[in-house]
Amino acid sequence: MRESVIEIRGLYKSFGDNDVLQGVDLDLYKGENLVVLGKSGSGKSVLIKILVRLLTQDEGSVKILGKDTANLTLRELNKLRLKIGFAFQAAALYDSMTVRENLEFPLTRNIKGLTRKEINYKVEHLLDSVGLPNTINQMPAELSGGQKKRIGVARTLILNPEIMLYDEPTAGLDPTTCIDINNLINQVREEYKTSSIVITHDLTCAKQTGDRMAVLIEGQFQATGSFEEVFEEATDPRVKSFYDYNFIKQ
Amino acid sequence: MEDKKPVISKKIDNFFRGLSDAYAFVKRFFVEVWFPPYEFKEILRQCYEIGYRSLPLISLTGFIIGIVFTNQSRPSLAEFGATSWLPALISIAVVRALGPLVTALIAAGKVGSSIGAEIGSMKVTEQIDAMEVSAINPFKYLVITRTLATTFMIPVLVMYTDFVALLGSFINVNQNEMVSLSTFFVQVFESISFLDIFSSVIKSLVFGFTIGIVGCYKGYRSNQGTEGVGKAANASVVMSMFLIFIEELLALQVVNAIRNA
Ligand SMILES: Nc1ncnc2c1ncn2[C@@H]1O[C@H](COP(=O)(O)OP(=O)(O)OP(=O)(O)O)[C@@H](O)[C@H]1O
Ligand SMILES: [Mg+2]
Repeated sequence: MRESVIEIRGLYKSFGDNDVLQGVDLDLYKGENLVVLGKSGSGKSVLIKILVRLLTQDEGSVKILGKDTANLTLRELNKLRLKIGFAFQAAALYDSMTVRENLEFPLTRNIKGLTRKEINYKVEHLLDSVGLPNTINQMPAELSGGQKKRIGVARTLILNPEIMLYDEPTAGLDPTTCIDINNLINQVREEYKTSSIVITHDLTCAKQTGDRMAVLIEGQFQATGSFEEVFEEATDPRVKSFYDYNFIKQ
Repeated sequence: MEDKKPVISKKIDNFFRGLSDAYAFVKRFFVEVWFPPYEFKEILRQCYEIGYRSLPLISLTGFIIGIVFTNQSRPSLAEFGATSWLPALISIAVVRALGPLVTALIAAGKVGSSIGAEIGSMKVTEQIDAMEVSAINPFKYLVITRTLATTFMIPVLVMYTDFVALLGSFINVNQNEMVSLSTFFVQVFESISFLDIFSSVIKSLVFGFTIGIVGCYKGYRSNQGTEGVGKAANASVVMSMFLIFIEELLALQVVNAIRNA
């Protein structure tokens, strides 16, 4: 049996009358890139926000690295959060800080006693690995959307997470930049040995980055498996329409 | 009539929900403010921002109020041949009421709105969530620092406004009654008591706290979307001005009670 780093069982979440998640079961296995697909508003962001407890579920359980997230004290929760990198949909860079300060902020606040040299080395190394060494003294407002996303990924990597959660890493980017980001996601897995959930509705991104797909429809995962299993052999019309839209009706 | 009922009760319901939410927010401030990390650097930076942002407007307003108020009070006093009381009258009005009130209202407009907008935009662009997931307490880093900064800085600004207003008043008095600077300020200090200064400082601390916590609260609770940011900025000005007037009235009652005791 493969080792699960995230185990989601029977997850429900509603906002008022809006039933977003209705019984979600999902496992993330160690070392894999799992792609979560679903149309806009299907609750993909809500799902990963529940994982890091930015939102709390109405029902169901989430186990991360063997710990049930509902029973953690704030201190334990924060310890767990440091092992999870969360790349936000819109990057969420701190706009009052430079790129360098953005990267340093989580580092210096969570790890005491680092020397200036160690901090600089880490920051510069990460900016190099996301391919943006020259932005170090820029403000987020001066960066393009794709650059922001890459800096956002660099910022989450600075604490060496074991799990990465990418929320629509390629949304709103041109095809070449998308490929750069997809490569970055794969490179992160190689370099940092992470297990990742990649949320997207872009099938190219899914195909390039994912070992396994899971399609979220009407609050549940309707299909999971490899890209071929899920899409090319799809019978469910809702899954099929996803594929058709991306690859045929351009 | 019948279908109106849920609307009314929903409004009332929302009002009390808002009230308890605001109470929880303020309570969280008083619980968390005692524990490290204290973020001294961020508090200092905020103090500087607050002073820097409001100083020009406060200087101008304070100065003009001093001149205008003196000028307008002169005829009434002149009727009784009592223009020599001008410095005493002005200093009491400025120290007891005008200085704190004017400073707080200006700061609510300049500082409160920018805190509301800044935190509101951090909220809607998920920067606050980003802090949370990297195990940084955003309440400490954003709310406590800003609220402490306004709480400390408003009293400082009030003293400055008092001084500038009295200076304006002095210029007017000097021109008309030929009173020297030293005579003017001797009269000023003779007429204001320890209670006046003390209550002014306490009141200013409360005003400062109000401006900071309201701005942070409105920002923190702003809804999704950029529209929410503008609303948060606006709501924080309206709310803090309203509370400042209420607090001024309450302070007046309390100080009068002490004075008469
Ligand atoms: N904090 C919240 N309060 C109320 N409703 C919310 C909240 N967050 C999300 N929702 C609702 O939950 C539903 C799912 O939202 P979510 O952001 O997860 O969609 P998504 O699948 O990520 O879509 P997208 O691809 O557009 O990002 C939406 O209908 C949204 O309105
Ligand atoms: Mg989303």
